Amino acid sequence: MTLARDVRGMLAVAAVGVLFMLVAPSVLELFTIINLTTAIALAVLALSLALIWGYGGILCFGQNAFFGIGAYAYTIAAINFGGSSWAILVAILVAVAFAVIIGYVMFYGRVSDVYLAVITLTVSLILYSLIRRTSGPDYKIGKSLLGGFNGITSPPINLPWDSSFVLFPEHVFYVAMGGLILAYLFTSWLTRTHFGRVCVSIRENELRAELLGYDVRFYKLAIFAVGAGIAGLAGVLFCNGVGRVTPDVFNLYTSALTIIWVIVGGRGTLIGPILGAFGLFYLTSALGTQSTVNNNLVLGIILVVFVLGVPKGVIPTVADWIAARRSRRALRVRERRMRMRRTRGGSGAGVGAGRGSPDGTGAAARASE
Amino acid sequence: MDLVAAVGLQILYGIANLALISLGLAIIFGMMRVINLAHGEFLMLGGYTVVVAANAGVNIWIAMLILAPLVVGVIGVVVERLLIRWLYGRMIDTLLATWGLSLLFIGLVTSIFGASTATTISPPLGVISIGEYTSSAYELLLIGITAALGIAVFLALKMTNLGLVARGTMQNAEMASALGVSTSRIYMITFGVGAAVTGLAGGLLAPVTGVLPTIGSVYIAKAFITVISGGAAILAGTASASVLLGGVNGIAAFLTGPTIGEVALLLTAIVLLRLMPRGITGGIFRKSL
Repeated sequence: MTLARDVRGMLAVAAVGVLFMLVAPSVLELFTIINLTTAIALAVLALSLALIWGYGGILCFGQNAFFGIGAYAYTIAAINFGGSSWAILVAILVAVAFAVIIGYVMFYGRVSDVYLAVITLTVSLILYSLIRRTSGPDYKIGKSLLGGFNGITSPPINLPWDSSFVLFPEHVFYVAMGGLILAYLFTSWLTRTHFGRVCVSIRENELRAELLGYDVRFYKLAIFAVGAGIAGLAGVLFCNGVGRVTPDVFNLYTSALTIIWVIVGGRGTLIGPILGAFGLFYLTSALGTQSTVNNNLVLGIILVVFVLGVPKGVIPTVADWIAARRSRRALRVRERRMRMRRTRGGSGAGVGAGRGSPDGTGAAARASE
Repeated sequence: MDLVAAVGLQILYGIANLALISLGLAIIFGMMRVINLAHGEFLMLGGYTVVVAANAGVNIWIAMLILAPLVVGVIGVVVERLLIRWLYGRMIDTLLATWGLSLLFIGLVTSIFGASTATTISPPLGVISIGEYTSSAYELLLIGITAALGIAVFLALKMTNLGLVARGTMQNAEMASALGVSTSRIYMITFGVGAAVTGLAGGLLAPVTGVLPTIGSVYIAKAFITVISGGAAILAGTASASVLLGGVNGIAAFLTGPTIGEVALLLTAIVLLRLMPRGITGGIFRKSL
């Protein structure tokens, strides 16, 4: 019953996504659509962190490293291949390979939570300072200059069977939205498989999972690599939305934003961080148009307030509230029915109350959860 | 010979620089097992204190050696009382909260001083010559100050009563509090001292690097990796990791250039952590400070 409702919810979200994908281009202006493409790419990045942090329990502060690697790998590969189809695959594989190397060191070295967070952040920061220094003709991979501070112009996606037919920005929107929906369905499916459940059990109690015979290191590495692949896909979509890739994908601000989307949206959900990414994308764009309040200041306050005040994030908090309300109402309805029964049949009251109370306490316990 | 001396001095400066920017972070990490993600911003605030004070006519030495640690130390205590205190035992939330704080400080300083470089101050003291090479005398002074700072922390931990209590808290906080030590007060002082040392470092580096609201991100990658590689022991960890990573960075940078230097630093740290996940002092020198 709950599983069925679960799957229905997941399909409903996907259906809303598909509907949005079909309707949006005919309703919104082109400028908004192009902006949306960028927001969607960031939402995919948020989704990747939602998977590995919310379900895998891996606190990765530098998820944008894989995002940036995906964007750079796609751009460099597309320039060298002269087409985008294989470049997308290369981008995802390079991101996964990088994650496997870093992850091997961290998980097989049994590095603790805090260390892991800081190491991933450091990796991202060092990539930032490394790639910033690659300006000039000496630094190139194949035909593509790395471009240092200015980055590289990314070739747009083309049709898989015809590399001369390049997609227009409004078409890239469909690709991005399709990517987001597929990534969402894939991650929702993954969290429902045996593999996903083992990952959640490791998040809940690593020692117990290990004593039950699961190789914790392997599961963590695997989900980390999957998350990195999704982040790599996000990077591909991002550099297509923006039209170029710059070292800024690796900077501290992007790392912080990624974390904030997940915190605000809610750990342990997939839709929360996606909505968080959209919400904060529009908030920061709105803030960018004025100069009285600084962007960093607002984000800093949001992060501190959420950590102290709403540590679960918006979606789980709202879901808890609705669930509590619903079970309270169910309890009230049951009580009323019982009272009516009691007033009708006088002698049956004791039995009725006796029968009613286990249900009642059950509902109350559920409400207090 | 002169070349060797000059390069050796440069590598030594790299090591001292690493130790200087990491020591404050290491104090907080060693005592509280918390990585302060606003560390870069504490350095930045130290730098701004010096620049603002020097522009207001305060003697630059007073600004660097007294005002910067004082101001940032007070900020550290305030932050600990208002924010960190509520999050003890919730390590990940502490990380996130200090990250929020980091963004908040960047935003605040940008709002007040603008996003570009504040008026810079030039490094005091001139250059000294080693044969045909020259070196900044200020860099030599920084090496000296870093060494002095390390010795001061060592003496404070070993010789004073507060240091004894702090070491006890570090080893077993519950036992210390059972013996009547107010661990909350110790944590407050530790955070304040860590912030003050960081402020001093930021102030001392301000003439070399200039100040920007986002300058913290230049330091933190190196500071984090140094402290993590060093492990929990404050002094032995910082010293050993600085020597190792600073040495590798310096030699690789001398041979190939600064870009490869930083990559070599990171690779060394990653290999090191695969071998010793708790850092150097988690593997060897366990009983050290």
